[in-house]
Amino acid sequence: MSQSYLPEGLPAPIPEGDGLSTPYWEGLKAEKLMVQKCNGCGTHQFGPEWICHKCHSFDISWVEAEGKGTIYSWERAWHPVHPALRAREEPYIVVLVELAGAGNVRMIGNLMGDPHQDVVIGSKVEVVFEHHSDNDPAYTLAHWKVV
Amino acid sequence: MTNGIRGKVAIAGIGETTYYKHGQAPDSEFKLALMAILAAAEDAGIDAREIDGFCSYSNDRNEPSRLSAALGIKDLKYSVMQWGGGGGGGAAAVGTAAAAIAAGYADCVVVFRSLAQGQFQRFGAAAPAKTVQGDNAYLFPYGLFSPAQRFAMKTMRFMHDHKIERPALRALSMASYHHAQANPRAVMHGRPLTEEKYDNSRWIVEPFRLFDCCLENDGAAALILVSAERAKDMQHKPTYLLGAAQGSEYRNAAPAHNAPTYASSSFTSVAPRLYENAGIKPGDVDVVQSYENFTGGVLMSLVEHDLVKAEEANEFLKLENLVADGGKLPLNTSGGNLAECYMHGLELQIEAVRQIRGTSTAQVPKVDVSLVCAGPMVTPVSSCVFGSEATL
Ligand SMILES: [Zn+2]
Repeated sequence: MSQSYLPEGLPAPIPEGDGLSTPYWEGLKAEKLMVQKCNGCGTHQFGPEWICHKCHSFDISWVEAEGKGTIYSWERAWHPVHPALRAREEPYIVVLVELAGAGNVRMIGNLMGDPHQDVVIGSKVEVVFEHHSDNDPAYTLAHWKVV
Repeated sequence: MTNGIRGKVAIAGIGETTYYKHGQAPDSEFKLALMAILAAAEDAGIDAREIDGFCSYSNDRNEPSRLSAALGIKDLKYSVMQWGGGGGGGAAAVGTAAAAIAAGYADCVVVFRSLAQGQFQRFGAAAPAKTVQGDNAYLFPYGLFSPAQRFAMKTMRFMHDHKIERPALRALSMASYHHAQANPRAVMHGRPLTEEKYDNSRWIVEPFRLFDCCLENDGAAALILVSAERAKDMQHKPTYLLGAAQGSEYRNAAPAHNAPTYASSSFTSVAPRLYENAGIKPGDVDVVQSYENFTGGVLMSLVEHDLVKAEEANEFLKLENLVADGGKLPLNTSGGNLAECYMHGLELQIEAVRQIRGTSTAQVPKVDVSLVCAGPMVTPVSSCVFGSEATL
């Protein structure tokens, strides 16, 4: 993608020092939406944790989730909280997307398209990867667009 | 079953500094803390050196050891910080102070909060950093920084689930501003809010307009707690603590907005526990102070404390139902975080005490039960109930 949804200059996501979320961020770079799945009981988990919240197993795998979901909630942000956002003269939309194919875990992203569009909870969306390859450190974000 | 502290501890003194606009306090944050504590001691009619315990929340920067040295506290017996951010710990700090007194760990505990945020980093501003990790890594790159932005989606979903319209939020804001006009201490005293002014105010983040969002202010507040037995002989009519509860429901802090009970003020399990251990019912509540970080948080707090039914919110949440003078559910009678002062909600605890004493600038007639909900939507949250002697 040539142009990012939000202006450059926002903080780049990196894994914690203990590497808990490394598979997620590396997955995004490869255009894969990775979530945790417990090898003990099959529960999906996101954001990641070192233990399965259901069965307390530490034996957890990362699996690829289908990049399709529904809008669980949303907001339209107008006030530019971060200095980099002041370059953008329009508001922006943040959506919370529920992934039915991965145990209804939720992910946050921006909603592509007109920032003034009507947003409807329950709308079907699919993932759009946004690469920030030139940034140091490089990273990829997962956005959403209405299907 | 009621808890073990019901009626055993009383609020003997309340104290506040002048409340200032953000960055305008002429004094250092630590000095403000000292001033509020001394004011509370004077109100209680005690020498501040008798204080032997300190409780606070939200990582208050003014440590009990420094305060004790500065004040010449004779014997520091108790110093406890409530975990968690925002104003969620306000009622928990009162509950913890009361528990210490009931258990005999300390005899005279002050709950305090001091804020001169301009001398430090602003809450609403993003910290300039090139990278981000942990839970914020899932949020910041998408422009989700401030508390308003983090809580707007909870409110949006709650309003969607229960078909609640924006005028309900507006009424909550209007109630705070309405009561601030009677309160000369309030930062927004003399600056009334009209429906037109609210409707024409700018969006911060939908569904919140400017007047749905709390102020940032400077100042300090303090409450002094002693045993009920001792409070009987002190200069004010005692305000008894009937109960306090803190916590949050199942996996509230699941990362990246994965809380199972997402559209919540975090009180769904705390509020029933509060009523049970305070030995009261929602219908017993005479007046409510409900922390407004954002009006959506008040909406959900009132619903989760069973003071308003979600399905009746559009009908019920009108200014006339929320005013001290004749309202069915008098709300935020000093002006609260929106219009009196954003003292992380400790000003709400103080106002709840004033309502029991009968000294509010927007006094509700015949108050016996006075409820406070501390900062909603964070975790842990807390709420508490004060009662008059008639409730014991
Ligand atoms: Zn498991």
